[in-house]
Amino acid sequence: MNARVEYVLRLGDSALVLAQRSAAWVAHAPIMEEDVALANVALDLFGQAKLWLEYAAEIEGAGRDADALAFHRDADEYRNVLLVEQPNGNFADTIVRGYFYDAWAELNLNALRASSDERIAAIAAKSVKETAYHLQRSRDWLLRLGDGTELSHERVQLAVDELWRFSGELFIGDEIDAAMNAQGVGSDPATLREQWLESVRAALAAATLTTPEDGWMQRGGKQGRHSEALSYMLAEMQVLPRSHPGALW
Amino acid sequence: MKNEWPLWEIFVRSENGLAHKHVGSLHAADAEMAVQNARDLYTRRNEGVSIWVVRSSDIVATDPSQREALFEPSEDKAYRHATFYQVPDGVKHL
Repeated sequence: MNARVEYVLRLGDSALVLAQRSAAWVAHAPIMEEDVALANVALDLFGQAKLWLEYAAEIEGAGRDADALAFHRDADEYRNVLLVEQPNGNFADTIVRGYFYDAWAELNLNALRASSDERIAAIAAKSVKETAYHLQRSRDWLLRLGDGTELSHERVQLAVDELWRFSGELFIGDEIDAAMNAQGVGSDPATLREQWLESVRAALAAATLTTPEDGWMQRGGKQGRHSEALSYMLAEMQVLPRSHPGALW
Repeated sequence: MKNEWPLWEIFVRSENGLAHKHVGSLHAADAEMAVQNARDLYTRRNEGVSIWVVRSSDIVATDPSQREALFEPSEDKAYRHATFYQVPDGVKHL
């Protein structure tokens, strides 16, 4: 498979999986206003995923469209980072997962605005405005929960500790990243790590939370090695188009 | 949880030059959350360029039982209305 297709799929799949996860909160959020807010974030991410997957399908040139990529690939063909496929857990788990992703996505999309691939630069420029808002929201929630009640503090610290091992993958490059970086198409993931750490450390400190020590980082999502959780999520997401191929509203 | 969060009144300005207009209310734990929730609830379809949020408890309202004393005296004073003037063409938002 062509490196550029693979690179764009990774961007699209991470947005799509996080969108599907966030959308699962609809009708389950702690308050109606939050229900709408999470749905809005999910819709933004679905929109971003659509733009990336349409482009991936186009450069792949195998006659597949964005829907075929979203609904007719199995978990081992998905290229999202492991962080976004982690189950929703409690509200603190969802907020921390979103915050880690948003803080990375904003840096990454900003870097991709300078991509030599005009289409990638355009999608990044459009998406980064939405992501800047998502980041503001998830960071504010992190502060509220961390600096909130004893229970909210305990839960959000637990979420930070649990999800920390999935944050490293965002910054680990492989041969696809190297090839795209060499062509000026993509960004080198490792270069974003310092900035991400700096802003995450500052946010955690402001939230009276402890930044975990760096330990073993889980990896493999970008290469298609996923946790079991993704298969269950995809089964639910894909059941309709797979049971009724070509069905339209 | 919902009962502990205060109610906020939301005002949206639809375009520059117009006044902020009351659009509804929502619950939020603090002012920042109220602004963000207002953005998500009331400006998703390009309705606004600016949002104000005010705690509902900070709004001082007229007493409904004072309605006659406050508002009825103006009902029969038609000369206070600017209905006797021609509005020049091209005047918007009058």
